Amino acid sequence: MREYSALALLKNAFSGNRDWKPAWRKPDPKPHYDVVIVGGGGHGLATAYYLASEHGITNVAVMEKGWLGGGNVGRNTTIVRSNYLLPANTGFYEHSMKLWENLSHELNYNVMFSQRGILNLAHTPGQADDYIRRGNAMRHEGIDAVWMNPAEIARKVPGLDVSAKARFPIVGGLMQPRAGTARHDAVAWGYARAADRRGVDMLENCEVTGFLRDGDRITGVMTTRGEIRARKVAVAVAGSTGRVMKLAGIDRLPIESHVLQAFVSESLKPAIDTVVTFGGGHLYVSQSDKGGLVFGGDIDGYNSYAQRGNLPVVEEVMSEMAALFPGWAGVRLLRSWGGIMDMSMDGSPIITAGPLPGLYLNTGWCYGGFKATPASGSCFAHTIARDAPHPLNAAFTLERFHRGAVIDEKGQGATPRLH
Amino acid sequence: MLITCPCCGPRDVSEFTYQGDANRTRPDPASTDQAAWNAYVYDRVNTAGAHREYWQHSGGCRSHLIVVRSTLTHRIDSVRFARDAADGARRRSGGAA
Repeated sequence: MREYSALALLKNAFSGNRDWKPAWRKPDPKPHYDVVIVGGGGHGLATAYYLASEHGITNVAVMEKGWLGGGNVGRNTTIVRSNYLLPANTGFYEHSMKLWENLSHELNYNVMFSQRGILNLAHTPGQADDYIRRGNAMRHEGIDAVWMNPAEIARKVPGLDVSAKARFPIVGGLMQPRAGTARHDAVAWGYARAADRRGVDMLENCEVTGFLRDGDRITGVMTTRGEIRARKVAVAVAGSTGRVMKLAGIDRLPIESHVLQAFVSESLKPAIDTVVTFGGGHLYVSQSDKGGLVFGGDIDGYNSYAQRGNLPVVEEVMSEMAALFPGWAGVRLLRSWGGIMDMSMDGSPIITAGPLPGLYLNTGWCYGGFKATPASGSCFAHTIARDAPHPLNAAFTLERFHRGAVIDEKGQGATPRLH
Repeated sequence: MLITCPCCGPRDVSEFTYQGDANRTRPDPASTDQAAWNAYVYDRVNTAGAHREYWQHSGGCRSHLIVVRSTLTHRIDSVRFARDAADGARRRSGGAA
């Protein structure tokens, strides 16, 4: 597999782009691996990459029931940020941000990481206090955060209704300038290619149908491409966690699956060069490099494994967009889709060894999994390789719920639809 | 999605408020079994398929309902008053109706 470079680009341009090679092999499954990763999404692929690059474990397979990048990693709104309040979250997501900043270089793959910033709008004095407090907490942890007043916001985001007549007048906003977006497909492809180059097998169209066990211990997986044994089995399947873990006999987890809808508009001329979130309701919007407005709102609010939502949420998201940017009210919607979120009971993730011997679990990303991809992979790989958590995911245990050590960023309690 | 309220008839889902999983059994309030309380508060079966759940017709008659709905297709199999289910449970456990 060759390096991508300016020279390779030039050579291939002159030879009609006929000599590019596939980015990863299509191997047949081996009967035994050191580590099998169930789930070929962003987190599974990143885990495989860091197992190989940081821990020297290369006898690894990533199993994906469909094709790489066809799950939640291709169904998000591409936002990357580390603007959290609680120390466990700020440390973890800032680690992720630092990995993002070097990711294209590290993977030799352009993930189109764009630090265009994220602006959280506040619409009441109470909300402003809350955001300023969060900004201070971020700066205590060495993370960038800037408070902006309405005049500064109006200059930064043309088209935004900052007038006193707005349905939800803007009091100010918390900006994280280093936040931004990345090309979600490229992240999956880049990690897959980089892991493949280090010997990891990508097994596509390989669905896990059961687990091999020796007593309590998990010793491999049954798949649509045969039985595969492994010393360690790691599960990173986002919204499918409930279903996959039931195959291992774990029928109750602190997880509920919910649908989140997202939308893309027709392409516009450059309209906003940052990510804006609406604190009066729940909306986040950015503009893709192709020109489409990429946006979403709240989850539909009831358990769902259907990768589609219902119309009331569509109406709510559109009305919030029109309230915030009146000039976009006539923009046509190009497409919409739904992804399944594994909502945890405190809104924070779970990266842990267990719950059975030989099994490792990565879940509970709620609707914030994309930005976590690099840190999730690096911490999960550490947990798998060393059978002990990295300091940055030590708090994200499964039993924290039963020890009273929840990491509840929003203070909503065990009500997953509110996180 | 339409939910057929037993009092009001078929109404749009936006009239209703989801109140969560109805598969959990609340421990006896006098119980001090910490594991049972933890399991009740935090653990979920997270069914893929027919799911028993609480909804309130908050924009209508305000009844609390038990809805059986497929989490795979959003198809609704049954809707009934939560109080009827509670009465049934009390009768089965021999308590006063």
